[in-house]
Amino acid sequence: MNSTPSTTEKTILLQSLRNLKSTPSPDFLERVLRSVGLPSESDEFVLANGPTGKLFIAFNHRGINHVLAAQIVDENPHMFAERHRERFGRSVRRAVKEPVGLNLALRSQQGQKLTYDLGGLSDFEKSVLRKALEIPRGEIRPYAWIAREIGRPKAVRAVGSALGRNPVPVLIPCHRVVRSDGQIGEYAFGTEMKRELLVIEHVDIAEVERLARSGVHFVGSNTTNIFCYPTCHNARRVSNAHRIVFRRVEDAVESGFRPCLNCRPDDIRSA
Amino acid sequence: MWGVEKLAEQAALDLDVTFPQIVTFYGSAIHTTALRVSLRHDDAEDLAAETFIRAYQALQTYPPKRIRELQLRAWLVTITLNLWRNQLRDASRRPSLVQLDFVIHRSDPADGPEQRALDVEGSDRVSQLLASLPESERIPIILRHVVGLSYKEIATVLDCPIGTAKSHVSRGIATLRANLYRMEEATP
Repeated sequence: MNSTPSTTEKTILLQSLRNLKSTPSPDFLERVLRSVGLPSESDEFVLANGPTGKLFIAFNHRGINHVLAAQIVDENPHMFAERHRERFGRSVRRAVKEPVGLNLALRSQQGQKLTYDLGGLSDFEKSVLRKALEIPRGEIRPYAWIAREIGRPKAVRAVGSALGRNPVPVLIPCHRVVRSDGQIGEYAFGTEMKRELLVIEHVDIAEVERLARSGVHFVGSNTTNIFCYPTCHNARRVSNAHRIVFRRVEDAVESGFRPCLNCRPDDIRSA
Repeated sequence: MWGVEKLAEQAALDLDVTFPQIVTFYGSAIHTTALRVSLRHDDAEDLAAETFIRAYQALQTYPPKRIRELQLRAWLVTITLNLWRNQLRDASRRPSLVQLDFVIHRSDPADGPEQRALDVEGSDRVSQLLASLPESERIPIILRHVVGLSYKEIATVLDCPIGTAKSHVSRGIATLRANLYRMEEATP
């Protein structure tokens, strides 16, 4: 063997030293976070493409718990994290991967198949949001409809404020709930975005508003003797020749019409 | 993902959001430092965890400007070394000498057989020789060639000029090579 250490020998030595690198055990991060009092079960977020622009979407293993239009915080993840902590008292870090099915739900504007973490909301608020989730894409319902459907017909205003506190707008489509007089109504991300979302879903807002102005809130067909909300997909199929319009549920019922089973403009009792 | 060079900046803006990333990103560097200076596998994990806990507590009290200007990795390594020295000083039953039995090198089963052979033949022997070096030579080698710090970072950790850091490292390597050579002479 050569008595003067060669360059190769040095290379091998340095390689051997590099090989001495070690890594902590897999639960190391959780252990440290627990010790300093940070949530070991912290939320994660992604910046996703929504129908009207980017959305910050936060979630944990239980489900999605926060949606915020990115424009509201200038697409700044720190401002989003701050909002998230203010609202939920938890930190949120950028996720490696988005929740399964999120992009499909955003593209198809149907959030029914996603799981949500609505912990922290009251039972009333949860039932309002679950009901709103049933409204199909492209259709709208009045606040009073939700109130009646969840068995609290007089709680129309409370429904309005529960929807206003919806932590996951766009995915749970509170934008599909409007005022009984046909006006669009309030929205967490502004009325303009509510209108935009409905236009993207092909809701004919001008027609809805025109009908509401003339006092029409229900549309029926004289071939089936069934009446609907104007945006119900069954109502939209009725040709002009067979289209009958009503101002009130009572008028329709008196004319011998029964409420549609899909959009349920009235209790089934009148059937 | 957020750039690594921005971690200090991110931490200045929002510590709680950034801290998990800091632990994830520097976990290996700190664990390596802890293991190679303490030479005990159990202690290393505790020492590494304690480093990050102290770091978090310190960062909470620092003004944003100070956090932004930190060389995070060098700062963390400095905490590890200080904690280790404190432990040595405080230990009532201080081990008089390093016990080589405790020096652990784990070969990664994912490595190929050749790599593992090299690990066992090379790194085990090198890790023993490294452990036997005096602290003044051992630590610069660990920082430069095991953890992979830059000379600038080493200068920060050792609180000396960059030139001095370089000469510490090269002196350490020279000793290591001489010892390696002597060892090979002794074992034909």
